[in-house]
Amino acid sequence: MPQLDFGNPLMISQIVWLMIIFGLLYFILSNYALPRVEAVLEDRRARIAADLDAARAAKAEADTALAAHAEATAKARAEAQAAIAAATAQAHAEAQAHADTLNAKLNAQIAASEARITVARDAAMGALRQVASETAESLVAKLTGRADPAAVGRAVDTALAARAGS
Amino acid sequence: MAVEGKTIDALSQFELTPVLGAVGRSIGFSQSNMHMLVAGLLIVALLMVGMRARAVVPGRLQASAETIYEFVQNLVVGQVGEEGKRFFPFVFTLFMFVLFGNMLGLLPYAFTYTSHIAVTFGLAFIVFVLITVVALARHGMHFFSYFFPQGAPLWLAPIIIPVEVVSYLSRPVSLSIRLFANMVAGHVMLKVFATFVVLLGGLGVIGPFVAALPLAVNIALVGFEVLVAFLQAYVFAILTSIYLHDAVHLH
Repeated sequence: MPQLDFGNPLMISQIVWLMIIFGLLYFILSNYALPRVEAVLEDRRARIAADLDAARAAKAEADTALAAHAEATAKARAEAQAAIAAATAQAHAEAQAHADTLNAKLNAQIAASEARITVARDAAMGALRQVASETAESLVAKLTGRADPAAVGRAVDTALAARAGS
Repeated sequence: MAVEGKTIDALSQFELTPVLGAVGRSIGFSQSNMHMLVAGLLIVALLMVGMRARAVVPGRLQASAETIYEFVQNLVVGQVGEEGKRFFPFVFTLFMFVLFGNMLGLLPYAFTYTSHIAVTFGLAFIVFVLITVVALARHGMHFFSYFFPQGAPLWLAPIIIPVEVVSYLSRPVSLSIRLFANMVAGHVMLKVFATFVVLLGGLGVIGPFVAALPLAVNIALVGFEVLVAFLQAYVFAILTSIYLHDAVHLH
């Protein structure tokens, strides 16, 4: 097996060159090559983190805008509700007032009419007494041949009072 | 080289030969060292050329460089913890050097420097020196308590301490032999089956048909060897990280 031929001078020099090449490779990698990779990776990490931060800030901004919008909507809705309620109340009040004046007018008319009716009825009642007295007098005169207007008047009054009372 | 006088010669592929003519011979620069140099240049090129764009959205080469970087970093940080970042360049160099050595060796005519026990032991020895120095620097004399676990009965000390010392000292041996044996076994298998292809192919009319069988085996073996090449580099790196964890935290 050539690998175990330690008498070969190339074996010793192989190890010496191995140490030199490996040491050189380590030096180059640790001082030049790997820091470059690390710098690029670090740069990318920082960039992604910055982008994420920006996205987070934008989201927070959007959230506040959304909240403000929701608040404004709620306020506008409340205002509209209040306006509707006020308008309804006003309409109610106006309608009430209108109805009241109408009622008052109608009541007045009713009262006037009633007064007129009472007057008419009283007049009619007065006329009735005269007609009744005259009729009774003429009837009594025809039956008896004489008439006592005062007695007839009393009798009519009594009968009317009894009718009005009943 | 594969077939010499109709015999199977699977081991001559591991022989060291000087390269670069007279200069190489005088400084003992073998083809093994040449492959180390090529691997090192490829690693540096991958990182330097790959990261040249410094793009936020990486291209193919940059993505592979970053993937390997993060893979090894996760490995080291996962095993050693945050203190492990100091050792990351070392583990990364080790992982890439072994990985590229294994992978380069799979190319035709290439030499696999990780198939030399001297090379793998050299790397394992660097790891062993590093973990011992780190442990001594961090814990001083307290480091030797590592060889006697806390809570063990005192009368067991004569048994436990020698066992722990031997297990500690055998770390570089097991680390180097694992990689060396895996690479040698794979390349010997490849060479043996490749020799079968040549030998059986010379059997007249039926030769090419019979030779197709070991050829198919070799194709499967190459795929398997790619897996082993990666796996052994990974094992080397993760065992180094585990040893570093022991050195930093002592159990």
